[in-house]
Amino acid sequence: MAERLITQAEAIREATEQCMAEDPSILLIGEGVPDPKGIFGTTGGLLQRFGPRRVFDMPIAENGLTGICIGAALGGMRPLMVHQRMDFALLCVDQLVNNAAKWRFMFAGAAEVPLVVRMIVGRGWGQGPQHGQSLQSLFAHFPGLTVAMPASARDAKGMLVAALRQRDPVILVEHRWLHGLVDDVPAEAYALPLAGAVVRRPGRHLTLAAASYMVVEALLAAEALAEWGIEVEVIDLRMARPLDAETVVASVRRTGALAVADTAWLHCGLAGELVARVCEAAWDALRHAPLRFGLPDFPSPTAPSLCREYYPDAESMALAICRHLRVEGVDLAALSQGLRRAEPRDVPQKDFTGPF
Amino acid sequence: MRSEARTDLPASRRRYREMLRIRRLEEAIARRYTEWEMRCPVHLCIGQEAIAVGVCEALRRDDQVFSGHRAHGHYLAKGGAMTPMLAEMYGRATGCCGGIGGSMHLIDRAAGFMGAVPIVAATIPIAVGAAWAAALKGDERVVAVFFGDGAFEEGVVHESIAFAVLHRLPVLFVCENNHYACQTPLGTRRGSAMHAVAAAQGCQVVTGDGNDVDFVAAAAARAAASARVGEGPWFLEFETYRWLEHCGPNDDDGLGYRPAGELAAWQARCPLAAQARALRAAGVAEDWFAAVEAELTAEIEAAFAAARAAPLPDYARMEGLVHG
Repeated sequence: MAERLITQAEAIREATEQCMAEDPSILLIGEGVPDPKGIFGTTGGLLQRFGPRRVFDMPIAENGLTGICIGAALGGMRPLMVHQRMDFALLCVDQLVNNAAKWRFMFAGAAEVPLVVRMIVGRGWGQGPQHGQSLQSLFAHFPGLTVAMPASARDAKGMLVAALRQRDPVILVEHRWLHGLVDDVPAEAYALPLAGAVVRRPGRHLTLAAASYMVVEALLAAEALAEWGIEVEVIDLRMARPLDAETVVASVRRTGALAVADTAWLHCGLAGELVARVCEAAWDALRHAPLRFGLPDFPSPTAPSLCREYYPDAESMALAICRHLRVEGVDLAALSQGLRRAEPRDVPQKDFTGPF
Repeated sequence: MRSEARTDLPASRRRYREMLRIRRLEEAIARRYTEWEMRCPVHLCIGQEAIAVGVCEALRRDDQVFSGHRAHGHYLAKGGAMTPMLAEMYGRATGCCGGIGGSMHLIDRAAGFMGAVPIVAATIPIAVGAAWAAALKGDERVVAVFFGDGAFEEGVVHESIAFAVLHRLPVLFVCENNHYACQTPLGTRRGSAMHAVAAAQGCQVVTGDGNDVDFVAAAAARAAASARVGEGPWFLEFETYRWLEHCGPNDDDGLGYRPAGELAAWQARCPLAAQARALRAAGVAEDWFAAVEAELTAEIEAAFAAARAAPLPDYARMEGLVHG
């Protein structure tokens, strides 16, 4: 069958439209949802199709509106909230954590909160300390929240459809640099499981488990390393909670080495959690200490020159993997050169001009 | 209120010059932005200059100001240095945040500009806290916080107002009502007047034309004097209008979220043009206008040149900046 190539942004828009058409209880709410820019194109045309009773902008009142959406969910609606920056979702942590995550449990199953919250991670063009945070580890900390991190457009659609059909709160962590990526996406509405990691590229020398945008960088690194005879198995984690350590453990039993790449800080993070689980389950299989890739331990700066080294990428990961595995015979300078990100580096693609 | 131009000509001329300084700098930023060397989001305040100028005129150098994402005018009006602001936008070491912040994070403590950050309403409770500290220490200091109509929707604003009223803190809550939060009109976001809510919460309230700098200055002077002597917080709601897009250097009227003719109607109420008319009516000569333009052009060009010539920041410093 012919490929159907669309961007992740379009895949998200399509999933939303199809689910809203099949389920009249779905409400779409968020700052900028119905405006002409339509959340980077992910909500375009939905106001026109479904009308202002179901698609609406919200006051800049994140915590209150989250509580209101929880109440609407208890009342039989299925709200889908959108935050243009994940940083803004920090303002609704109280309602998400104290209520949405616990409502089913604390009332012994007497009620449920089918709420979906999309949170978009910003990066580049000077997003800076308060517009570029990757907070998946924070939300994944809490039992009761399901935290999805789609990398591909196909996953983004299938996971959003699944989220809009399930009975408990789901957070969808999107990455701004994935919105423009194109992938083969089926036309119909289809649900993909909100659980389970997937091997995206097989390899036998090292397991590289990556989340969200880091899957892209991991695949680039693996491709380059393969030319030097280093076969990296790339796993797309897909979910921050539930975290599928089993797939990673099975891979590590084949490769004997583990690296984890996350878009966030390492302290108390997803990468550390995965390393711990693999060590607990497959200590005997590890021939090398685990390796983690994440952000340096300070907030993201704004100046492009300061961001050059801030974000791990295929180049820095490939070099680190070579050093870590102590492989010989690799021309590190050539490897590095081949993976060097094109200038300018603070945008997802060359023709991009700000602002976001 | 415009009659004041005849009674206090020096003040009216000063206000015009300050507004023009902001306008010309914002225009220069918009013009140069498409060279893609200022690689950070910018929220320009063209059309809204009178509020920054009128309010900051009522403040002393050691009074304090906080702001949000659209802060350029507030920073300049409070006396923030121009070159470090531009250097910040160019991501330079000499920027007011050393390149870490960009346009959305401005600070100049020497000028009493205490910080602007782009999480909506974030600085409102912080301003109240600064006023509380001043009151506890017995400083006769007024703290003003600028925010837009969108910020008033955040719950934290009402918690902050309640605290400020309870403790009669010297705060000026300055609401720049430009009628839009990004592309969303006020009417689709709230069903009650902001000033009425603030009044019910116990603030002393002023509302009026935010494009009339003399009116703003008079209102702010009264509020600041009152707050300074312990009469409690004021809520100043000024109506105004943003001419350019929410974020970026362009006209976005083509997007269609503004009713046809609305922008033109507000441009006809340009705060600078109105002030210039009043000054000319009061006899101010064309030579003076030309001289002001020339001075500002020179200042702005020099600031851009200095900012662009400045060195890039040192990445090795970053980690050490997290803790004291």
